[in-house]
Amino acid sequence: MSASRHLSADVLVIGAGGAGMYAALEAHRQGAKVLLVDRSLIGRGGSTVMAQMTVAAAMGGACPDHWQHHLTDTLAAGRGLCEPVLAKIVCEQGVECIAQLDEWGVGWARFEDRYSQVHAPGHDRARCVYVDFLNTGPAVARTLRTRLVRTPEIRRIGELAVTDLVLRDGRCCGAMALHLPSGAAVSLQANAVIVATGGLTRLYRRNSGSANSGGDGYALALRAGAELVDMEFVQFFPIGHLAPRLIGMDPIMWDPFRYKLGGRLLNAHMEEFTERYGTPENGQYRITRDLATYAITKEVAAGRGSPHGGAWLSFQHLDEASLRQAFGPVIDRLARNGIDLTRTPIEVAPIAHYHMGGIAVDERMRTGVNGLFGAGEAIGGSNGANRLSGNAITEALVFGRLAGAQAASFAKAIRHAAPAQPWQGDGPERDWLANRRHRPSINCAALIEQLQAIMADDVGPFRTADGLARAQLRLSEILAAIGDSPPGGIDGYDAELLDWLDLRQMLLVARCVTEAAILRTESRGAHQREDHPGLDDTWQEHLAIRICGGKLSLNRQAIGALERLSA
Amino acid sequence: MSQSAILRIQRGHPGEPSFEQDFEVLFDSGQSLLDGLRQIRARHDPTLAFRYSCINANACKECMMKLDGKTVYACTARLESRVMLVAPLPNKTLVRDLLTAVSPGDEVLDTD
Repeated sequence: MSASRHLSADVLVIGAGGAGMYAALEAHRQGAKVLLVDRSLIGRGGSTVMAQMTVAAAMGGACPDHWQHHLTDTLAAGRGLCEPVLAKIVCEQGVECIAQLDEWGVGWARFEDRYSQVHAPGHDRARCVYVDFLNTGPAVARTLRTRLVRTPEIRRIGELAVTDLVLRDGRCCGAMALHLPSGAAVSLQANAVIVATGGLTRLYRRNSGSANSGGDGYALALRAGAELVDMEFVQFFPIGHLAPRLIGMDPIMWDPFRYKLGGRLLNAHMEEFTERYGTPENGQYRITRDLATYAITKEVAAGRGSPHGGAWLSFQHLDEASLRQAFGPVIDRLARNGIDLTRTPIEVAPIAHYHMGGIAVDERMRTGVNGLFGAGEAIGGSNGANRLSGNAITEALVFGRLAGAQAASFAKAIRHAAPAQPWQGDGPERDWLANRRHRPSINCAALIEQLQAIMADDVGPFRTADGLARAQLRLSEILAAIGDSPPGGIDGYDAELLDWLDLRQMLLVARCVTEAAILRTESRGAHQREDHPGLDDTWQEHLAIRICGGKLSLNRQAIGALERLSA
Repeated sequence: MSQSAILRIQRGHPGEPSFEQDFEVLFDSGQSLLDGLRQIRARHDPTLAFRYSCINANACKECMMKLDGKTVYACTARLESRVMLVAPLPNKTLVRDLLTAVSPGDEVLDTD
């Protein structure tokens, strides 16, 4: 094996968003030799860089606060399904991580000498820090990336798409990856592996995420024998931009507008409507994401939607000066898109935004597979059935740091204890990826669009037994069509090959979401069954998914059970 | 209202002569060049290579290319009903079609 086609490290981190970059920094700080890989460019391709919004932590900048109050709000938002241990870690350690980022120069907005914090929906007080203007995610990504670049001992490699984790003797000992520029199969050997690949928004036609968020980390972990939890809970962001067509802006940009300026959510008759569904707004932005999604979708179904099938969002009660004071240059960018908020409302609609479910881990970010760790959106349990706004970047930082420390310590123990020869990069995983002969007879880019349509139409914010069964059948048809070995030659950047590999993982993850949604016969948080309205107390449990005998196996699991994973 | 644009795309592999290929894409007012390129992959030719991550937000900055001789982000350039000339960045090493090598040198794995 040539040296460039087989790389070794103590800790391999897959995914270079907020969680992966922080994990790499922390593992290095703990003395590990770290390899950080991403299918895109380091620090650019994930969701962190796209986050324009806010980050929740009890910094006490705007008013006195304590992480326990943050935890109370997080657990309430999770509708009874949060793993309390994981949620506590986010809220408690979030405070340190935000302060650490501040020390590293992220530039959190300040009012005089204190953190400026806004009151986001679902929180009991102003708790969310941000970087102006709509620059939170880019600033976090840039700060972590700058730290990485100043740490040359951490090896960073972009354009390396991990296709499978590799197990030997029951332990995760690395991964196989496709090197996109050359088409080469590259093996990555490590004593500990951290999956920090983000979420699954790409499974849906309209989404706020990056093209890299196809859920590949869930599929990697599941195929390696790990367990996934809460896969039926996909968060839809209620007021994603719908019309007029807006380019160069994050589709979830209206949320910070609503934090700062309120705004009015209106139906086709220009009436406020959320009180019809139990939550009046009264000019304040307090409605939680699941309830707002429900209200908008119901209003559209009743024939009172906006022209493109959403709701109107109006800031027409404000003058240009107030808009400029709040959002400065963003107002110019809107003007270039032909939008003048003082004159016209815009249209918004629910859009796939975040995934609550994910890889089951314990309080040390360990999966049930020896040597395999998870971090960030790739793990499940901390957010239960609905994530509180502002917790996504917080958990990326907290879980990234924790996974980095734990993986480093695990790798050190292996290095000292194991006399066995490390994996040399050979085996069926390499052969499967390297031996590509046939040209595909199908258009996988088109099939990915089909999958996105299936998920949006039948496994979206509102679900029924009939729709879910239809989705299950249509997904199985695509699965049968793509076969089980990768197509393509040995060229660099074979777009068809990458689509095939992505579709393989997306199908597995889409089946997990669909099958869990079929079994959960109640409505809770982000999982709403039209045919089973309302909470059912007997369902205050996770659904855990594993592969058994080549098939998906779903089991109910009590809250708190994640702690027993590695016991 | 749907309009149509002809994307005249400079394609090819490094070390080989490039060729131009025309694709007709349908679009609604306001749609981006990247929307058009993605439509080509799903409807006409899935082998067309170009780089992007964030689709719409202009956050990842990966989709830089030439449009009518000017450097643009494909996600913020708008489709127009005319012939539009699309080419890879000329000052970067070509990987395939519109996709060029843009990673920082120390983040590149040299597999040769």
